[in-house]
Amino acid sequence: MSNNNKKWFSLNLGRKEKTSSGSCSCGKTSGGCGSSSDSHHMTDEAFNEAAIHASIGEERTKDGFEQVFDVKMDRRSAFKKLTASLLIGAGAVSTSCSVISGDESKEKAQIDWEEQFKGNYKLMTDKEKEGTVDRLVRSYQLRTGKNISMSSKNAEEDVLFGYAFNISKCQGYMDCVNACVEENNQDRNSQMQYIRIHEMKDGKGFNFNEADDNYYHEVPAEGHFYMGTQCFHCDNPPCVEVCPVQATWREDDGLVVVDYDWCVGCRYCMAACPYDGRRFNWSKPEVPEAEINHNQHYLGNRMRKKGVMEKCTFCVQRSRAGKNPACVEACPTGARIFGNLLDPDSTIRWVLENKKVFRLKEDLGTEPKFWYFMD
Amino acid sequence: MKRLKVFGSLVKDSLDTITHGSKKYHLWMALLTFVMLAGMYCYSIQLEHGLSVTGMTDRVSWGLYISNFTFLVGVAAAAVMLVMPTYVLKDIDFKQAVLIGEGLAVAALIMCLAFVIADMGGPSVLWHMIPGIGVFNFPNSMLTWDVLVLNGYLFLNITIPFYILFRHYQGKEAKRSVYIPGAILSVFWAVAIHLVTAFLYQGLQARPFWNNALLGPRFLASAFAAGPALIILVLAIIRSFTEFKIQDKTIKKIAMVVTVAAQINLIMLISELFKEFYAPTHHSESAYYLFFGLDGKDALLPWIWTAIPLNVLATVLLTFHKLRNNFKVLFFCCFILFVAIWIEKGFGLIVPGFIPGPYGKIAEYMPTGIEIGVTLGIWALGAFVFTILAKTAIGIELGKLRYKK
Ligand code: SF4
Ligand code: SF4
Repeated sequence: MSNNNKKWFSLNLGRKEKTSSGSCSCGKTSGGCGSSSDSHHMTDEAFNEAAIHASIGEERTKDGFEQVFDVKMDRRSAFKKLTASLLIGAGAVSTSCSVISGDESKEKAQIDWEEQFKGNYKLMTDKEKEGTVDRLVRSYQLRTGKNISMSSKNAEEDVLFGYAFNISKCQGYMDCVNACVEENNQDRNSQMQYIRIHEMKDGKGFNFNEADDNYYHEVPAEGHFYMGTQCFHCDNPPCVEVCPVQATWREDDGLVVVDYDWCVGCRYCMAACPYDGRRFNWSKPEVPEAEINHNQHYLGNRMRKKGVMEKCTFCVQRSRAGKNPACVEACPTGARIFGNLLDPDSTIRWVLENKKVFRLKEDLGTEPKFWYFMD
Repeated sequence: MKRLKVFGSLVKDSLDTITHGSKKYHLWMALLTFVMLAGMYCYSIQLEHGLSVTGMTDRVSWGLYISNFTFLVGVAAAAVMLVMPTYVLKDIDFKQAVLIGEGLAVAALIMCLAFVIADMGGPSVLWHMIPGIGVFNFPNSMLTWDVLVLNGYLFLNITIPFYILFRHYQGKEAKRSVYIPGAILSVFWAVAIHLVTAFLYQGLQARPFWNNALLGPRFLASAFAAGPALIILVLAIIRSFTEFKIQDKTIKKIAMVVTVAAQINLIMLISELFKEFYAPTHHSESAYYLFFGLDGKDALLPWIWTAIPLNVLATVLLTFHKLRNNFKVLFFCCFILFVAIWIEKGFGLIVPGFIPGPYGKIAEYMPTGIEIGVTLGIWALGAFVFTILAKTAIGIELGKLRYKK
């Protein structure tokens, strides 16, 4: 696929053309389309069998599942946990065979077991994806008595998401930040935020060093302008290259996503991201039950556990359903524009074609799909 | 069948040796066990509450664990400086030292793996990283390379000495044709583990402090200084506490290795400093932070300004033959060199990579007590493993441990 297909400006620095996508019919300009079922792929059964076979003795505590579902369970003492970790396999089996425990706890144990040894979402077939989503929904129901809806919708054809940010319009209200936190069920304890708004002084240019990304005063402040950053969904994302287990990848519609259940928490991707786009769950994320957004996507805002990476997904649960991300919708000034780069009639295309746009750190060759412009 | 019997007897005999010893020995092992248990307790707290109990944050996402990991890879790689002359060049002097060196490599590698696991957010899903069972992002991710080379090196460093000791245990000579190919392989392998570990950082365009072609070579130079320095110290201790004879000549030869490596390391340091400070660019800010602090934030200053003078002092002292041949001075130099490189290749390398952050934010890092506890525990684990290995090896080499038919 030649570069002439590109619908936007590109430096093409350090860009490896991935030849495997040559026969791709979806018109994507970058590699990887539909190539997810490669030789690593295993069938569900084969995978489970291999995993179970090799994982006996792997450290595993049932508490991992507490993490998954963000539900408090009785705490065991730390030492007990250490020993228990060696016995998880046996533990899960015995729970599921126990006569005393009811059907529900058997089902829970069954789900836990299958979730523990499931494969990487990226390599799953659509049926397997549905399977894990169903298990997660059912498990949430069993644990909290509440229903959630979770989607496993794949990327649509002829879609490549992009984002543009109008620096002239942004006034630093931070409504986007709050909307993002609420939409994406981010940890309230550590005040995790995907978006940072940098307050810069007029007349100093784009001087991030002197900018303040943590201000608490009335906005817009006299003599300042504002610039938002988040994950830029790079088209050549360094964070994806470095992940040792392919727990993070670029989807065909350009979204860079993380499988929270597959991530091992090494934080290599965080070190590799030049845009401060990633956030780590240093402790168990807490969201008050009443504030949980029940409209979820497996790759998006479903509940995370401790020790995994997460990031902005352009609200995959919304964008793949044809809606704008929460930040775009929340912005009172209209500074944020989101859309399909492959659709010639989209607003984002109009901006790219008619405004003088630029991107941050273009010299790194990461090809962010996030542009800045001014009126 | 016979092999199995010999092996069984070897295990029994070595268990016997490691559980018997002088009072000092028992005290040492008890101390290590205590520190290890304390470390395990700290780790259990970390498991319970997550990595938030460490000083790491989204801004500085790697800290003490990864620093120690990086440094220890270097220590492990250094064993090879002794392997090469002994096995391949038939240099007899190093022969006694080499088993110790390889034991040290094994202990260092075990510590490396322990530090990586301690640093992980999800140790329970570690199996995702096992090739074949999980998904191994090879060859794209340098971390997968590192997993392969570290485990391969661990395997080499266990099998070669094991083969030799196993033969000696039966009172036979080890066959050169068996262990020489392994020894040669391990020479290349040692360079590989260190380069690959350097590439882990060097390959990140996001972090200008690391994204620098000199990082790999400097890793090698500092490793070949710090590792043998540690070996000299260990040999000195073994010499004074056991009957295992190590000639002065051997120590002097290793001292030569340390000296040359330390000199090269210093030259590279000067080259790096020149580049960062003669024509400072936006990318020199991390170095500024490290050496002078930025915006009044200067947590690393005491560290780096301890390391640099120690490094220079040790290198200068070692350069003079008279001083180097005086064992008191030599041991002192080795000690301060080891400390200096630990700071430089650990804290001084990993932490400034994150400061200032991608958008210039300066957030400092300080390890917490729990983090330090786990770190000490892992170091104790390393010392424990090494003591066991060394005691058995020395027993066999002295002829005390022999297979009784
Ligand atoms: S901004 Fe960072 S996290 Fe997002 S795709 Fe680019 S490198 Fe990855
Ligand atoms: S933290 Fe998770 S997503 Fe990031 S590199 Fe490690 S395993 Fe991959």
